[in-house]
Amino acid sequence: MSALGVAGGVLQAVVIVGGAPLLLGLMRQVRARLEGRAGPGVGQPWRDLRKLVRKQSISPRGTTEVFRVAPVLLVAMTLVVAVVAPLVTTASAVPPVADLFVVVALLAHATVVIALAGLDSGTAFGGMGASREVTVLALVEPTALVAIFALSVPTGSTSLPTIVGTALDDPQRLISPASLLAAVALAAVIVAETGRLPVDNPSTHLELTMIHEAMVLEYAGPDLALVELGSAMRLSVYLGLFTSLFVPWGIATTASPLALALGVVALAVKVGVVGAGLAALEVFLAKLRLFRVPELLAGSFLLALLAVTTAYVLG
Amino acid sequence: MEPVVMSPPAAALLDVAAGALLLTAVLVVWRRDLPTILRIFTAHGLALGALVGVLAWAQRSVELGLVTIGVLAVRGGLLPWLLRRALAGAGPARREVRPVVNVTASLLAVAALVLLAFSVSVPLVELGESPATRAVPVAVAVVLIGLLVLVTRRHTVSQLVGFLLVDNGITAAGFLTTSGIGLVVEVGVALDVLLAVLVLQVLAGRIRDTFGDVDLGELRELRDR
Repeated sequence: MSALGVAGGVLQAVVIVGGAPLLLGLMRQVRARLEGRAGPGVGQPWRDLRKLVRKQSISPRGTTEVFRVAPVLLVAMTLVVAVVAPLVTTASAVPPVADLFVVVALLAHATVVIALAGLDSGTAFGGMGASREVTVLALVEPTALVAIFALSVPTGSTSLPTIVGTALDDPQRLISPASLLAAVALAAVIVAETGRLPVDNPSTHLELTMIHEAMVLEYAGPDLALVELGSAMRLSVYLGLFTSLFVPWGIATTASPLALALGVVALAVKVGVVGAGLAALEVFLAKLRLFRVPELLAGSFLLALLAVTTAYVLG
Repeated sequence: MEPVVMSPPAAALLDVAAGALLLTAVLVVWRRDLPTILRIFTAHGLALGALVGVLAWAQRSVELGLVTIGVLAVRGGLLPWLLRRALAGAGPARREVRPVVNVTASLLAVAALVLLAFSVSVPLVELGESPATRAVPVAVAVVLIGLLVLVTRRHTVSQLVGFLLVDNGITAAGFLTTSGIGLVVEVGVALDVLLAVLVLQVLAGRIRDTFGDVDLGELRELRDR
Protein backbone atom coordinates (compact mmCIF):
# COMPACT_ATOMS: atom_id res chain seq x y z
CA MET A 1 0.00 0.00 0.00
CA SER A 2 1.77 3.11 -1.23
CA ALA A 3 1.09 6.82 -0.59
CA LEU A 4 0.22 7.19 -4.27
CA GLY A 5 -2.27 4.34 -4.04
CA VAL A 6 -3.99 5.73 -0.92
CA ALA A 7 -4.18 9.25 -2.34
CA GLY A 8 -5.54 7.85 -5.59
CA GLY A 9 -8.10 5.70 -3.78
CA VAL A 10 -9.49 8.63 -1.79
CA LEU A 11 -9.50 10.96 -4.78
CA GLN A 12 -11.13 8.36 -7.05
CA ALA A 13 -13.92 7.69 -4.57
CA VAL A 14 -14.67 11.42 -4.28
CA VAL A 15 -14.43 12.05 -8.03
CA ILE A 16 -16.58 9.06 -9.01
CA VAL A 17 -19.32 9.66 -6.42
CA GLY A 18 -19.39 13.40 -7.09
CA GLY A 19 -18.89 13.21 -10.84
CA ALA A 20 -21.06 10.21 -11.82
CA PRO A 21 -24.39 12.09 -11.67
CA LEU A 22 -22.76 15.01 -13.50
CA LEU A 23 -21.62 12.61 -16.26
CA LEU A 24 -25.18 11.32 -16.54
CA GLY A 25 -26.42 14.92 -16.70
CA LEU A 26 -23.86 15.76 -19.36
CA MET A 27 -24.91 12.77 -21.48
CA ARG A 28 -28.60 13.66 -21.18
CA GLN A 29 -27.82 17.30 -22.00
CA VAL A 30 -25.83 16.34 -25.12
CA ARG A 31 -28.66 14.13 -26.23
CA ALA A 32 -31.29 16.81 -25.56
CA ARG A 33 -29.36 19.44 -27.53
CA LEU A 34 -28.87 17.11 -30.49
CA GLU A 35 -32.59 16.37 -30.48
CA GLY A 36 -33.39 20.09 -30.50
CA ARG A 37 -34.54 20.33 -26.87
CA ALA A 38 -33.20 22.80 -24.31
CA GLY A 39 -32.39 20.03 -21.81
CA PRO A 40 -32.60 20.18 -18.01
CA GLY A 41 -28.93 21.07 -17.43
CA VAL A 42 -25.94 19.08 -16.27
CA GLY A 43 -26.89 19.28 -12.57
CA GLN A 44 -30.34 17.74 -12.94
CA PRO A 45 -29.38 14.19 -11.76
CA TRP A 46 -27.99 15.70 -8.53
CA ARG A 47 -31.23 17.70 -8.03
CA ASP A 48 -33.22 14.49 -8.62
CA LEU A 49 -31.12 12.65 -6.04
CA ARG A 50 -31.62 15.44 -3.49
CA LYS A 51 -35.37 15.31 -4.05
CA LEU A 52 -35.45 11.50 -3.67
CA VAL A 53 -33.35 11.47 -0.48
CA ARG A 54 -35.80 13.86 1.24
CA LYS A 55 -38.73 11.54 0.53
CA GLN A 56 -40.12 8.94 2.90
CA SER A 57 -38.60 5.47 2.65
CA ILE A 58 -41.17 2.85 1.70
CA SER A 59 -40.87 -0.72 0.52
CA PRO A 60 -43.59 -2.92 -1.00
CA ARG A 61 -45.43 -5.35 1.24
CA GLY A 62 -44.02 -8.89 1.14
CA THR A 63 -40.45 -7.96 0.23
CA THR A 64 -37.56 -9.29 2.31
CA GLU A 65 -34.21 -7.92 3.44
CA VAL A 66 -32.74 -8.68 -0.01
CA PHE A 67 -34.83 -5.86 -1.44
CA ARG A 68 -33.65 -3.42 1.26
CA VAL A 69 -29.91 -4.19 1.22
CA ALA A 70 -29.56 -4.43 -2.58
CA PRO A 71 -29.18 -0.66 -3.23
CA VAL A 72 -26.55 -0.37 -0.49
CA LEU A 73 -24.64 -3.37 -1.87
CA LEU A 74 -24.80 -1.96 -5.41
CA VAL A 75 -23.27 1.33 -4.32
CA ALA A 76 -20.75 -0.37 -2.00
CA MET A 77 -19.42 -2.82 -4.61
CA THR A 78 -19.15 -0.11 -7.25
CA LEU A 79 -17.39 2.11 -4.71
CA VAL A 80 -14.81 -0.62 -3.99
CA VAL A 81 -14.03 -0.83 -7.71
CA ALA A 82 -13.86 2.99 -7.88
CA VAL A 83 -11.33 3.00 -5.02
CA VAL A 84 -9.02 0.20 -6.21
CA ALA A 85 -9.08 0.53 -10.03
CA PRO A 86 -6.32 2.62 -11.66
CA LEU A 87 -8.34 5.69 -12.68
CA VAL A 88 -6.51 8.74 -11.31
CA THR A 89 -3.22 7.06 -10.39
CA THR A 90 -1.37 3.99 -11.67
CA ALA A 91 -1.06 2.61 -8.14
CA SER A 92 -3.90 1.00 -6.26
CA ALA A 93 -5.00 1.50 -2.66
CA VAL A 94 -5.49 -2.28 -2.21
CA PRO A 95 -3.37 -3.92 -4.93
CA PRO A 96 -4.70 -7.52 -4.52
CA VAL A 97 -8.27 -6.30 -5.20
CA ALA A 98 -7.22 -4.37 -8.33
CA ASP A 99 -7.00 -7.65 -10.19
CA LEU A 100 -8.85 -8.02 -13.49
CA PHE A 101 -10.91 -10.97 -12.29
CA VAL A 102 -11.85 -9.36 -8.95
CA VAL A 103 -12.92 -6.09 -10.57
CA VAL A 104 -15.07 -7.77 -13.23
CA ALA A 105 -16.56 -10.08 -10.58
CA LEU A 106 -17.43 -7.14 -8.32
CA LEU A 107 -19.11 -5.25 -11.16
CA ALA A 108 -21.08 -8.34 -12.22
CA HIS A 109 -22.00 -9.11 -8.61
CA ALA A 110 -23.60 -5.67 -8.25
CA THR A 111 -25.85 -6.51 -11.23
CA VAL A 112 -26.77 -9.87 -9.71
CA VAL A 113 -27.75 -8.19 -6.41
CA ILE A 114 -30.12 -5.81 -8.19
CA ALA A 115 -31.55 -8.72 -10.23
CA LEU A 116 -32.24 -10.58 -6.97
CA ALA A 117 -34.01 -7.50 -5.61
CA GLY A 118 -36.11 -7.39 -8.78
CA LEU A 119 -37.11 -11.01 -8.22
CA ASP A 120 -37.76 -10.33 -4.52
CA SER A 121 -40.33 -7.64 -5.32
CA GLY A 122 -42.50 -10.44 -6.74
CA THR A 123 -44.01 -8.33 -9.51
CA ALA A 124 -44.18 -9.46 -13.13
CA PHE A 125 -41.99 -6.61 -14.33
CA GLY A 126 -39.35 -7.20 -11.67
CA GLY A 127 -39.02 -10.86 -12.66
CA MET A 128 -39.01 -10.07 -16.37
CA GLY A 129 -36.38 -7.36 -15.95
CA ALA A 130 -34.22 -9.65 -13.79
CA SER A 131 -34.46 -12.45 -16.34
CA ARG A 132 -33.42 -10.13 -19.17
CA GLU A 133 -30.63 -8.51 -17.18
CA VAL A 134 -29.15 -11.90 -16.24
CA THR A 135 -29.36 -13.04 -19.88
CA VAL A 136 -27.37 -10.01 -20.96
CA LEU A 137 -24.96 -10.39 -18.02
CA ALA A 138 -24.26 -14.06 -18.84
CA LEU A 139 -23.16 -13.04 -22.34
CA VAL A 140 -21.31 -9.90 -21.27
CA GLU A 141 -19.16 -11.17 -18.40
CA PRO A 142 -17.00 -13.61 -20.41
CA THR A 143 -16.50 -10.92 -23.05
CA ALA A 144 -15.31 -8.40 -20.48
CA LEU A 145 -12.92 -10.93 -18.93
CA VAL A 146 -11.47 -12.09 -22.25
CA ALA A 147 -11.17 -8.53 -23.66
CA ILE A 148 -9.18 -7.24 -20.67
CA PHE A 149 -7.25 -10.53 -20.59
CA ALA A 150 -6.04 -9.76 -24.14
CA LEU A 151 -4.44 -6.61 -22.75
CA SER A 152 -2.82 -8.52 -19.93
CA VAL A 153 -1.14 -11.04 -22.28
CA PRO A 154 1.82 -8.81 -23.26
CA THR A 155 2.17 -7.65 -19.64
CA GLY A 156 2.12 -11.12 -18.13
CA SER A 157 -0.01 -9.95 -15.20
CA THR A 158 -3.75 -9.67 -14.57
CA SER A 159 -3.27 -6.75 -12.18
CA LEU A 160 -4.95 -3.66 -13.67
CA PRO A 161 -2.40 -1.14 -12.30
CA THR A 162 0.40 -3.16 -13.94
CA ILE A 163 -1.46 -3.27 -17.27
CA VAL A 164 -2.05 0.49 -17.23
CA GLY A 165 1.51 1.18 -16.02
CA THR A 166 3.17 -0.82 -18.80
CA ALA A 167 0.86 0.71 -21.41
CA LEU A 168 2.02 4.12 -20.20
CA ASP A 169 5.69 3.08 -20.51
CA ASP A 170 5.21 1.54 -23.94
CA PRO A 171 2.45 3.43 -25.82
CA GLN A 172 3.18 1.51 -29.02
CA ARG A 173 1.41 -1.46 -27.43
CA LEU A 174 -1.85 0.51 -27.48
CA ILE A 175 -2.08 0.55 -31.27
CA SER A 176 -1.50 -3.20 -31.61
CA PRO A 177 -4.26 -5.25 -33.30
CA ALA A 178 -5.04 -7.03 -30.02
CA SER A 179 -5.66 -3.70 -28.32
CA LEU A 180 -7.78 -2.51 -31.28
CA LEU A 181 -10.02 -5.61 -31.19
CA ALA A 182 -10.25 -5.56 -27.39
CA ALA A 183 -11.32 -1.89 -27.47
CA VAL A 184 -14.25 -2.62 -29.82
CA ALA A 185 -15.29 -5.65 -27.72
CA LEU A 186 -15.06 -3.74 -24.45
CA ALA A 187 -17.07 -0.83 -25.88
CA ALA A 188 -19.91 -3.25 -26.69
CA VAL A 189 -19.62 -4.69 -23.16
CA ILE A 190 -19.91 -1.24 -21.59
CA VAL A 191 -22.93 -0.35 -23.71
CA ALA A 192 -24.68 -3.60 -22.72
CA GLU A 193 -23.72 -3.56 -19.04
CA THR A 194 -24.68 0.04 -18.34
CA GLY A 195 -28.01 -0.29 -20.15
CA ARG A 196 -27.40 2.18 -22.98
CA LEU A 197 -28.75 2.09 -26.52
CA PRO A 198 -28.95 -0.13 -28.57
CA VAL A 199 -29.25 -2.81 -25.85
CA ASP A 200 -31.50 -0.94 -23.41
CA ASN A 201 -33.05 2.49 -23.58
CA PRO A 202 -32.06 4.44 -20.45
CA SER A 203 -34.81 7.04 -20.85
CA THR A 204 -37.76 4.74 -21.48
CA HIS A 205 -40.50 3.77 -19.09
CA LEU A 206 -42.26 1.58 -21.61
CA GLU A 207 -42.58 -1.66 -19.66
CA LEU A 208 -42.33 -4.14 -22.49
CA THR A 209 -38.93 -3.00 -23.75
CA MET A 210 -37.05 -2.01 -20.64
CA ILE A 211 -34.41 -4.12 -18.92
CA HIS A 212 -32.76 -2.19 -16.11
CA GLU A 213 -35.74 0.06 -15.33
CA ALA A 214 -38.04 -2.96 -14.99
CA MET A 215 -35.98 -4.37 -12.12
CA VAL A 216 -35.95 -1.18 -10.07
CA LEU A 217 -39.57 -0.24 -10.75
CA GLU A 218 -40.61 -0.89 -7.13
CA TYR A 219 -37.96 1.33 -5.51
CA ALA A 220 -38.89 4.74 -4.13
CA GLY A 221 -37.36 7.52 -2.05
CA PRO A 222 -33.82 7.16 -0.65
CA ASP A 223 -33.53 3.56 -1.93
CA LEU A 224 -34.24 4.74 -5.47
CA ALA A 225 -31.67 7.51 -4.96
CA LEU A 226 -29.06 4.86 -4.07
CA VAL A 227 -29.99 2.72 -7.09
CA GLU A 228 -29.74 5.73 -9.42
CA LEU A 229 -26.44 6.81 -7.88
CA GLY A 230 -25.11 3.23 -8.13
CA SER A 231 -26.07 2.97 -11.81
CA ALA A 232 -24.46 6.32 -12.58
CA MET A 233 -21.29 5.23 -10.72
CA ARG A 234 -21.18 1.98 -12.69
CA LEU A 235 -21.29 3.96 -15.92
CA SER A 236 -18.47 6.25 -14.75
CA VAL A 237 -16.34 3.35 -13.47
CA TYR A 238 -16.74 1.42 -16.73
CA LEU A 239 -15.90 4.48 -18.85
CA GLY A 240 -13.02 5.33 -16.51
CA LEU A 241 -11.59 1.81 -16.82
CA PHE A 242 -12.00 1.96 -20.60
CA THR A 243 -10.10 5.25 -20.87
CA SER A 244 -7.39 4.09 -18.42
CA LEU A 245 -6.82 0.91 -20.44
CA PHE A 246 -6.81 2.44 -23.92
CA VAL A 247 -5.94 6.15 -23.42
CA PRO A 248 -3.83 6.13 -20.24
CA TRP A 249 -2.16 9.51 -20.78
CA GLY A 250 -2.42 12.05 -17.97
CA ILE A 251 -2.80 9.41 -15.25
CA ALA A 252 -0.69 10.23 -12.15
CA THR A 253 2.46 8.16 -11.60
CA THR A 254 3.85 10.17 -8.66
CA ALA A 255 2.16 11.34 -5.47
CA SER A 256 2.91 15.05 -5.99
CA PRO A 257 -0.19 17.31 -5.70
CA LEU A 258 0.33 18.60 -9.25
CA ALA A 259 0.40 15.10 -10.76
CA LEU A 260 -2.69 14.09 -8.77
CA ALA A 261 -4.57 17.22 -9.86
CA LEU A 262 -3.58 16.52 -13.45
CA GLY A 263 -4.78 12.92 -13.02
CA VAL A 264 -8.19 14.06 -11.78
CA VAL A 265 -8.57 16.61 -14.61
CA ALA A 266 -7.43 14.05 -17.22
CA LEU A 267 -9.92 11.48 -15.90
CA ALA A 268 -12.78 14.01 -15.93
CA VAL A 269 -11.95 15.21 -19.45
CA LYS A 270 -11.45 11.72 -20.91
CA VAL A 271 -14.60 10.25 -19.35
CA GLY A 272 -16.56 13.38 -20.27
CA VAL A 273 -15.46 13.22 -23.92
CA VAL A 274 -16.16 9.47 -24.20
CA GLY A 275 -19.53 9.86 -22.45
CA ALA A 276 -20.55 12.79 -24.67
CA GLY A 277 -19.47 10.81 -27.74
CA LEU A 278 -21.53 7.84 -26.57
CA ALA A 279 -24.58 10.08 -26.01
CA ALA A 280 -24.13 11.69 -29.44
CA LEU A 281 -23.92 8.26 -31.06
CA GLU A 282 -27.08 7.12 -29.27
CA VAL A 283 -29.12 9.80 -31.06
CA PHE A 284 -28.55 7.92 -34.32
CA LEU A 285 -29.33 4.46 -32.92
CA ALA A 286 -32.59 2.62 -32.44
CA LYS A 287 -32.98 -0.01 -29.74
CA LEU A 288 -32.30 -3.56 -30.90
CA ARG A 289 -35.01 -6.17 -30.55
CA LEU A 290 -34.29 -8.19 -27.41
CA PHE A 291 -33.77 -11.35 -29.45
CA ARG A 292 -31.15 -9.59 -31.57
CA VAL A 293 -29.09 -8.58 -28.51
CA PRO A 294 -27.32 -11.99 -28.26
CA GLU A 295 -26.18 -11.44 -31.87
CA LEU A 296 -24.49 -8.18 -30.89
CA LEU A 297 -22.93 -9.74 -27.79
CA ALA A 298 -21.78 -12.86 -29.66
CA GLY A 299 -20.00 -10.51 -32.06
CA SER A 300 -18.28 -8.68 -29.23
CA PHE A 301 -17.27 -11.99 -27.62
CA LEU A 302 -15.77 -13.08 -30.94
CA LEU A 303 -13.76 -9.85 -31.14
CA ALA A 304 -12.51 -10.38 -27.59
CA LEU A 305 -11.48 -13.95 -28.43
CA LEU A 306 -9.70 -12.74 -31.57
CA ALA A 307 -7.96 -10.10 -29.48
CA VAL A 308 -6.49 -12.79 -27.22
CA THR A 309 -5.44 -15.04 -30.12
CA THR A 310 -3.86 -12.20 -32.09
CA ALA A 311 -2.09 -11.10 -28.92
CA TYR A 312 -0.39 -14.51 -28.94
CA VAL A 313 0.13 -14.76 -32.73
CA LEU A 314 1.20 -11.24 -33.66
CA GLY A 315 2.84 -10.58 -30.30
CA MET B 1 14.57 -15.29 -49.83
CA GLU B 2 16.15 -13.48 -46.91
CA PRO B 3 13.70 -12.13 -44.30
CA VAL B 4 13.01 -8.43 -44.58
CA VAL B 5 14.46 -6.42 -41.72
CA MET B 6 11.81 -4.00 -40.40
CA SER B 7 12.08 -1.04 -38.09
CA PRO B 8 9.87 -1.30 -34.95
CA PRO B 9 7.41 1.44 -36.05
CA ALA B 10 6.97 -0.26 -39.44
CA ALA B 11 6.35 -3.60 -37.73
CA ALA B 12 3.78 -1.98 -35.42
CA LEU B 13 2.01 -0.33 -38.37
CA LEU B 14 1.99 -3.65 -40.22
CA ASP B 15 0.38 -5.32 -37.19
CA VAL B 16 -2.28 -2.60 -37.03
CA ALA B 17 -3.04 -2.96 -40.76
CA ALA B 18 -3.34 -6.75 -40.30
CA GLY B 19 -5.60 -6.22 -37.28
CA ALA B 20 -7.81 -3.84 -39.26
CA LEU B 21 -7.99 -6.43 -42.06
CA LEU B 22 -9.24 -9.07 -39.60
CA LEU B 23 -11.61 -6.68 -37.80
CA THR B 24 -13.31 -5.52 -41.01
CA ALA B 25 -13.66 -9.13 -42.24
CA VAL B 26 -15.40 -10.04 -38.97
CA LEU B 27 -17.64 -6.97 -39.17
CA VAL B 28 -18.82 -8.07 -42.64
CA VAL B 29 -20.14 -11.27 -41.03
CA TRP B 30 -21.59 -9.36 -38.08
CA ARG B 31 -23.69 -6.79 -39.93
CA ARG B 32 -26.81 -7.45 -41.97
CA ASP B 33 -27.63 -4.34 -43.98
CA LEU B 34 -25.82 -4.30 -47.28
CA PRO B 35 -24.90 -0.56 -47.55
CA THR B 36 -23.04 -0.90 -44.22
CA ILE B 37 -21.37 -4.11 -45.40
CA LEU B 38 -20.16 -2.29 -48.51
CA ARG B 39 -18.74 0.56 -46.38
CA ILE B 40 -16.93 -2.01 -44.22
CA PHE B 41 -15.69 -3.73 -47.37
CA THR B 42 -14.27 -0.40 -48.58
CA ALA B 43 -12.41 -0.10 -45.27
CA HIS B 44 -11.17 -3.67 -45.79
CA GLY B 45 -9.72 -2.72 -49.20
CA LEU B 46 -8.09 0.38 -47.69
CA ALA B 47 -6.58 -1.74 -44.89
CA LEU B 48 -5.12 -4.06 -47.54
CA GLY B 49 -3.71 -1.03 -49.34
CA ALA B 50 -2.20 0.20 -46.07
CA LEU B 51 -0.64 -3.23 -45.50
CA VAL B 52 1.06 -3.16 -48.90
CA GLY B 53 2.03 0.47 -48.32
CA VAL B 54 3.78 -0.40 -45.05
CA LEU B 55 5.64 -3.24 -46.80
CA ALA B 56 6.69 -0.82 -49.57
CA TRP B 57 7.89 1.70 -47.00
CA ALA B 58 9.79 -0.97 -45.02
CA GLN B 59 11.58 -2.23 -48.13
CA ARG B 60 12.00 1.23 -49.69
CA SER B 61 10.66 -0.29 -52.92
CA VAL B 62 9.31 2.05 -55.62
CA GLU B 63 7.68 -0.83 -57.45
CA LEU B 64 5.74 -1.87 -54.35
CA GLY B 65 4.79 1.79 -53.88
CA LEU B 66 3.22 1.79 -57.35
CA VAL B 67 1.44 -1.48 -56.51
CA THR B 68 0.12 0.20 -53.32
CA ILE B 69 -1.48 2.95 -55.38
CA GLY B 70 -2.99 0.32 -57.66
CA VAL B 71 -4.33 -1.75 -54.74
CA LEU B 72 -5.85 1.33 -53.09
CA ALA B 73 -7.48 2.44 -56.34
CA VAL B 74 -8.86 -0.97 -57.32
CA ARG B 75 -9.77 -2.50 -53.95
CA GLY B 76 -10.57 0.66 -52.02
CA GLY B 77 -12.28 2.55 -54.84
CA LEU B 78 -13.23 0.75 -58.02
CA LEU B 79 -14.51 -2.58 -56.64
CA PRO B 80 -16.66 -1.04 -53.85
CA TRP B 81 -18.06 1.39 -56.44
CA LEU B 82 -18.99 -1.49 -58.73
CA LEU B 83 -20.61 -3.32 -55.79
CA ARG B 84 -22.63 -0.22 -54.88
CA ARG B 85 -23.84 -0.08 -58.48
CA ALA B 86 -24.70 -3.78 -58.36
CA LEU B 87 -26.64 -3.15 -55.12
CA ALA B 88 -28.50 -0.20 -56.65
CA GLY B 89 -29.45 -2.41 -59.58
CA ALA B 90 -30.45 -5.32 -57.37
CA GLY B 91 -33.88 -4.09 -56.45
CA PRO B 92 -35.33 -2.97 -53.13
CA ALA B 93 -33.73 -5.66 -50.89
CA ARG B 94 -31.19 -3.81 -48.73
CA ARG B 95 -30.63 -6.45 -46.08
CA GLU B 96 -29.39 -9.99 -45.83
CA VAL B 97 -32.78 -11.15 -44.60
CA ARG B 98 -32.27 -14.81 -43.81
CA PRO B 99 -28.74 -16.16 -44.27
CA VAL B 100 -28.38 -19.96 -44.53
CA VAL B 101 -26.75 -20.00 -41.09
CA ASN B 102 -27.94 -17.35 -38.61
CA VAL B 103 -25.59 -14.55 -37.64
CA THR B 104 -24.83 -15.77 -34.10
CA ALA B 105 -23.88 -19.22 -35.38
CA SER B 106 -21.78 -17.80 -38.21
CA LEU B 107 -19.93 -15.58 -35.71
CA LEU B 108 -19.08 -18.67 -33.67
CA ALA B 109 -18.03 -20.38 -36.91
CA VAL B 110 -15.76 -17.40 -37.63
CA ALA B 111 -14.15 -17.86 -34.21
CA ALA B 112 -13.47 -21.53 -35.03
CA LEU B 113 -12.17 -20.66 -38.52
CA VAL B 114 -9.80 -18.03 -37.20
CA LEU B 115 -8.40 -20.44 -34.62
CA LEU B 116 -8.04 -23.05 -37.41
CA ALA B 117 -6.24 -20.53 -39.64
CA PHE B 118 -3.91 -19.55 -36.82
CA SER B 119 -3.06 -23.14 -36.00
CA VAL B 120 -2.52 -24.37 -39.58
CA SER B 121 -0.26 -21.45 -40.50
CA VAL B 122 2.19 -22.09 -37.67
CA PRO B 123 4.58 -23.97 -40.05
CA LEU B 124 4.35 -21.08 -42.55
CA VAL B 125 5.40 -18.61 -39.88
CA GLU B 126 8.27 -20.83 -38.76
CA LEU B 127 9.75 -20.78 -42.30
CA GLY B 128 11.04 -17.27 -41.77
CA GLU B 129 10.35 -15.42 -38.57
CA SER B 130 9.70 -11.75 -39.44
CA PRO B 131 6.91 -9.23 -38.72
CA ALA B 132 5.51 -9.82 -42.22
CA THR B 133 5.31 -13.62 -41.94
CA ARG B 134 3.84 -13.35 -38.45
CA ALA B 135 0.85 -11.57 -40.03
CA VAL B 136 0.26 -14.43 -42.54
CA PRO B 137 -2.24 -16.25 -40.23
CA VAL B 138 -4.46 -13.16 -40.40
CA ALA B 139 -4.49 -13.34 -44.22
CA VAL B 140 -5.36 -17.05 -44.10
CA ALA B 141 -8.16 -16.27 -41.61
CA VAL B 142 -9.54 -13.61 -43.99
CA VAL B 143 -9.61 -16.19 -46.83
CA LEU B 144 -11.61 -18.62 -44.64
CA ILE B 145 -14.02 -15.90 -43.47
CA GLY B 146 -14.58 -14.92 -47.12
CA LEU B 147 -15.39 -18.55 -47.97
CA LEU B 148 -17.86 -18.67 -45.07
CA VAL B 149 -19.62 -15.51 -46.34
CA LEU B 150 -19.65 -17.02 -49.83
CA VAL B 151 -21.42 -20.22 -48.77
CA THR B 152 -23.78 -18.91 -46.08
CA ARG B 153 -25.24 -15.76 -47.66
CA ARG B 154 -28.08 -15.66 -50.17
CA HIS B 155 -28.02 -12.13 -51.57
CA THR B 156 -25.87 -11.87 -54.72
CA VAL B 157 -24.11 -8.72 -53.49
CA SER B 158 -23.10 -10.38 -50.19
CA GLN B 159 -21.79 -13.34 -52.19
CA LEU B 160 -19.73 -10.94 -54.30
CA VAL B 161 -18.36 -9.43 -51.08
CA GLY B 162 -17.45 -12.94 -49.90
CA PHE B 163 -15.66 -13.67 -53.17
CA LEU B 164 -13.71 -10.42 -52.94
CA LEU B 165 -12.82 -11.10 -49.28
CA VAL B 166 -11.26 -14.40 -50.39
CA ASP B 167 -9.32 -12.57 -53.07
CA ASN B 168 -8.19 -9.82 -50.68
CA GLY B 169 -7.00 -12.50 -48.26
CA ILE B 170 -5.02 -14.30 -50.97
CA THR B 171 -3.47 -11.02 -52.10
CA ALA B 172 -2.50 -10.14 -48.53
CA ALA B 173 -0.97 -13.60 -48.02
CA GLY B 174 0.95 -13.18 -51.30
CA PHE B 175 2.45 -9.85 -50.31
CA LEU B 176 3.25 -10.97 -46.77
CA THR B 177 5.06 -14.17 -47.80
CA THR B 178 6.88 -13.10 -50.95
CA SER B 179 7.55 -9.39 -50.25
CA GLY B 180 6.20 -8.39 -53.67
CA ILE B 181 5.17 -10.60 -56.57
CA GLY B 182 6.01 -8.16 -59.31
CA LEU B 183 4.02 -5.34 -60.84
CA VAL B 184 2.92 -7.29 -63.94
CA VAL B 185 1.52 -10.22 -61.96
CA GLU B 186 -0.33 -7.91 -59.57
CA VAL B 187 -1.85 -5.90 -62.43
CA GLY B 188 -2.90 -9.15 -64.12
CA VAL B 189 -4.56 -10.45 -60.94
CA ALA B 190 -6.32 -7.11 -60.37
CA LEU B 191 -7.69 -7.12 -63.94
CA ASP B 192 -8.83 -10.73 -63.52
CA VAL B 193 -10.74 -9.90 -60.35
CA LEU B 194 -12.23 -6.82 -61.97
CA LEU B 195 -13.42 -8.89 -64.92
CA ALA B 196 -14.91 -11.53 -62.61
CA VAL B 197 -16.83 -8.87 -60.69
CA LEU B 198 -18.10 -7.28 -63.90
CA VAL B 199 -19.30 -10.66 -65.19
CA LEU B 200 -20.95 -11.50 -61.86
CA GLN B 201 -22.60 -8.07 -61.79
CA VAL B 202 -24.09 -8.67 -65.25
CA LEU B 203 -25.13 -12.15 -64.11
CA ALA B 204 -26.85 -10.68 -61.03
CA GLY B 205 -28.69 -8.24 -63.28
CA ARG B 206 -29.85 -11.10 -65.51
CA ILE B 207 -31.01 -13.11 -62.49
CA ARG B 208 -33.06 -10.16 -61.31
CA ASP B 209 -34.53 -9.54 -64.75
CA THR B 210 -35.61 -13.17 -64.97
CA PHE B 211 -36.84 -13.81 -61.42
CA GLY B 212 -37.48 -10.32 -60.08
CA ASP B 213 -35.21 -11.03 -57.10
CA VAL B 214 -31.55 -11.57 -56.33
CA ASP B 215 -32.05 -14.10 -53.55
CA LEU B 216 -30.00 -17.09 -54.64
CA GLY B 217 -31.97 -19.36 -52.30
CA GLU B 218 -34.74 -19.21 -54.91
CA LEU B 219 -32.49 -20.87 -57.47
CA ARG B 220 -32.74 -24.24 -55.73
CA GLU B 221 -35.99 -25.02 -57.53
CA LEU B 222 -34.24 -24.80 -60.88
CA ARG B 223 -31.67 -27.42 -59.92
CA ASP B 224 -34.16 -29.87 -58.54
CA ARG B 225 -36.11 -30.24 -61.78
